Amino acid sequence: MQFQLTEDQQMVQKLARDFAEKRLAPSVAERDEKEEFSRELFNEMGEMGLTSICFPEAYGGAAGDVLSYILAVEELSKVDDGIGITLSATVSLCAWPIYAYGTEEQKQKYLVPLVEGEKLGAFGLTEPNAGTDAAAQQTVAIADGDDYILNGSKVFITNGGEAETYVVFAMTDKSRGTRGITAFIVEKDMPGFTFGKKEHKMGIHTSLTNELVFQNVRLPKENMLGKVGEGFKIAMSTLDGGRIGVAAQALGIAQGALDHAIRYSKERVQFGKPIAHNQALAFMMADMATKIDAARLLVYRAAYLKDQGLPYSKEAAMAKLYASDIAMEVTTDAVQIFGGYGYSREYPVERLMRNAKITQIYEGTNQVQRMVISGSILK
Amino acid sequence: MDIVVCVKQVPDTTEVRIDPETNTLIRQGVPSIVNPFDKNAVEAALQLREKYGGKVTILSMGPLQSKEALKECLAMGADEAVLLSDRAFGGSDTLATSHALAAGLRKMGKVDIILCGKQAIDGDTAQVGPEIAEHLGITQVTYVSKINTVDEQVIRVEREHEEGYEVIEAQMPVLLTVVKSINEPRYPTVKGTMKANRKEIPVWTVDDVEVDRDALGLKGSPTQVRRIFTPERRVQGEMMQADTAREAAALLVKRLVEVKII
Repeated sequence: MQFQLTEDQQMVQKLARDFAEKRLAPSVAERDEKEEFSRELFNEMGEMGLTSICFPEAYGGAAGDVLSYILAVEELSKVDDGIGITLSATVSLCAWPIYAYGTEEQKQKYLVPLVEGEKLGAFGLTEPNAGTDAAAQQTVAIADGDDYILNGSKVFITNGGEAETYVVFAMTDKSRGTRGITAFIVEKDMPGFTFGKKEHKMGIHTSLTNELVFQNVRLPKENMLGKVGEGFKIAMSTLDGGRIGVAAQALGIAQGALDHAIRYSKERVQFGKPIAHNQALAFMMADMATKIDAARLLVYRAAYLKDQGLPYSKEAAMAKLYASDIAMEVTTDAVQIFGGYGYSREYPVERLMRNAKITQIYEGTNQVQRMVISGSILK
Repeated sequence: MDIVVCVKQVPDTTEVRIDPETNTLIRQGVPSIVNPFDKNAVEAALQLREKYGGKVTILSMGPLQSKEALKECLAMGADEAVLLSDRAFGGSDTLATSHALAAGLRKMGKVDIILCGKQAIDGDTAQVGPEIAEHLGITQVTYVSKINTVDEQVIRVEREHEEGYEVIEAQMPVLLTVVKSINEPRYPTVKGTMKANRKEIPVWTVDDVEVDRDALGLKGSPTQVRRIFTPERRVQGEMMQADTAREAAALLVKRLVEVKII
């Protein structure tokens, strides 16, 4: 067993870190305040190849591994996890299922521009009445000659409205339950495809979350992803991978908060000494660091298993569950260390605390993660 | 067009730590970066290649660890990189360093343009570039802020000046040192980084180049650093506010009397 990143992995990590510090850090507070998604910054990431890390060269990728990509999400998220989840949504939730289940034509048409960062991707599964119960899909796709007619809506869609390419799930046969769900690739400018309200969220303001509305959207048969009735399987396997991305986002948030807390506690003087010299706070930071390291090992292991082609569903759920729970704890403690200033928008830790919460909720609530884990160990 | 960029790996800190015994830099434990001005030189070279075609080679002298800096330049898009590394080069001052780099450049054969950053952020001497040009007997232009045109015979550049800029036409081959304002260095790409990682970086020792050994290392270094210290911080001046010049003068006189200056 080795706990050493390869040179490739270290270099991708450094690349993402430099980008985050130089390009994201100067504007993250302002973009958070204005609830502003920056397509320009995403495009820069695309040009650098951060969207291409873990795909083969044949599709415009850098032929790196999943762990390198995860390291990039972590580094971006230390500074701006809204951008981190933007990347994770386009790579893990849109490009990946097209790579894993798409035909060669679909890969050339849809995957390559996503990998090259020219287009942004999104994933549409959640509906107003189908959250954790993803099988309760009300969006329907009815066969009409060689086409399918799509009707319904999706909510809380990351990158919604801005993305050009969507992987969308719909019922093609209600009588078959989960086996009646089919996946489709939908393009932004298809007639009948519109966007509802932009969500105003507690956190992750630098990412975009939107409602998708489909009114008689005509989809050519070539836009079906996988086979008829394979949608639920595609959604679940996509989320297995997506969870590693969310776990990396949570890990980045937690590390970012600890870094801020360490710096601040060494500078802030009360009773004539830096507050870091108080054992109560020093031990708090020791616990924060230990939790973060434990989370990091879980996250990297899940990515490693995916790279090795080994089963990783349970391990991805553990990584997401633990990393997001400790992100919430660590950011709460970081705010505490900052005291009154921690509660102020003048300092970054309140933002990290607001952002941490969503990682316990999306891409499967942490209760769902426990269902996945217990289902796996008790079967 | 054959372009060579000379780069230096420098410590990524404003507080350079010095070995009090030898008065040389302590490199261990300090994160290292490519000297920022050298990145501008690399960017300028890449832009020249995009415009006129050719090859960009990076040259550095330093310990084996400097390969990291060379990899970063390769990741930005340079074609080749060579490291001059040998104990014989250790302890070199700017003159000895420039002898070593000039020897490396001679070994490379035909070079049209040599680019350097205007100075390194650790030593801040701005001497190595001009010295290389002297050893090679070629034209040099320092503090270049823009490269206008290049052909086989001449290059036309703008040289930054306190009150503006000079337009200079120089004979090729030429050595240019560049300032920060010349460009914004590009970020390396993921693909470039991975490719750079797989690239062999040849290491040339003192035996691989033709150079007078007495001109290298501590022996070839006329500069001896006697002492390095952080200058005492100047206390910030006192600002006085007043509505009129008369009031301000009165306040000032009062204060100067108080501190017994007048």
